[in-house]
Amino acid sequence: MLVKLSSSSLKQTHWYEYGVRFVLGGLATVLAGLVGAHFGESVGGLFLALPAVFCASATLIESHERRAKEKAGLNGRRRGQQAAALDAAGAGLGSIGLAAFAAVFSITVPASTVVAFVAAIVTWAAVSVSIWWLRRKLRIVFRRSSS
Amino acid sequence: MTEYVLRFIAGGVIVSAFAILGDMLRPKSFAGLLGAAPSVALATLGIAVVQHGSRYAAAESWTMIYGAVALACYSVVVCHLLMGFRFAALPATVLAFAVWLVAAFALLAGLGGAA
Repeated sequence: MLVKLSSSSLKQTHWYEYGVRFVLGGLATVLAGLVGAHFGESVGGLFLALPAVFCASATLIESHERRAKEKAGLNGRRRGQQAAALDAAGAGLGSIGLAAFAAVFSITVPASTVVAFVAAIVTWAAVSVSIWWLRRKLRIVFRRSSS
Repeated sequence: MTEYVLRFIAGGVIVSAFAILGDMLRPKSFAGLLGAAPSVALATLGIAVVQHGSRYAAAESWTMIYGAVALACYSVVVCHLLMGFRFAALPATVLAFAVWLVAAFALLAGLGGAA
């Protein structure tokens, strides 16, 4: 399956679900600032990779998938768990990109702030997408060789 | 106080933007990459550079690497709780948070912060 961008899934999301993610994102950023101010930049840095919004995202994905299956008269509980697990697997791969973002930013920021932000974002996207693509290719190769 | 209001708004906006993009993307495993988007980091590091300078931001982003490794451990545990132990998403993601805390602080204690 190719990567697709579709706005139809946005219709499934209620306005308060966006609100929950906004508030959690805001609180996570405030928490990272407070921890950095009280315990120093080393401890504060850990909280820049805090999975604060992940619980909301996974719960929403699970409930959307469950609702869709129940509408079709099926038990959607297991499908909801599988969809949330797929999201978690994606986040696991993305965390490698996140580590690359942090390393590139840390190395380049003393030279130029703008360059550091641009280089770190590009690195995050390139590493995350490459690892996702590589994993997908490897799965296809293993499936073919086992069948 | 103004600083924290600014942090809240910047963090909320960036996190929401990545979340909306994630909702629109298919397949789900690809959209999940955005679950590890540097949304909190973008808002925080931007303010850190302005407030404390680039050396502070460099040190902060160095230990963020440990946080990212802890996030990988967290994601694996969430997957196992959902698929192996058949937990619902909310308890799985909340319980696994303990794994993130232990992994992140163990890496910081073992490897130390930026020189």
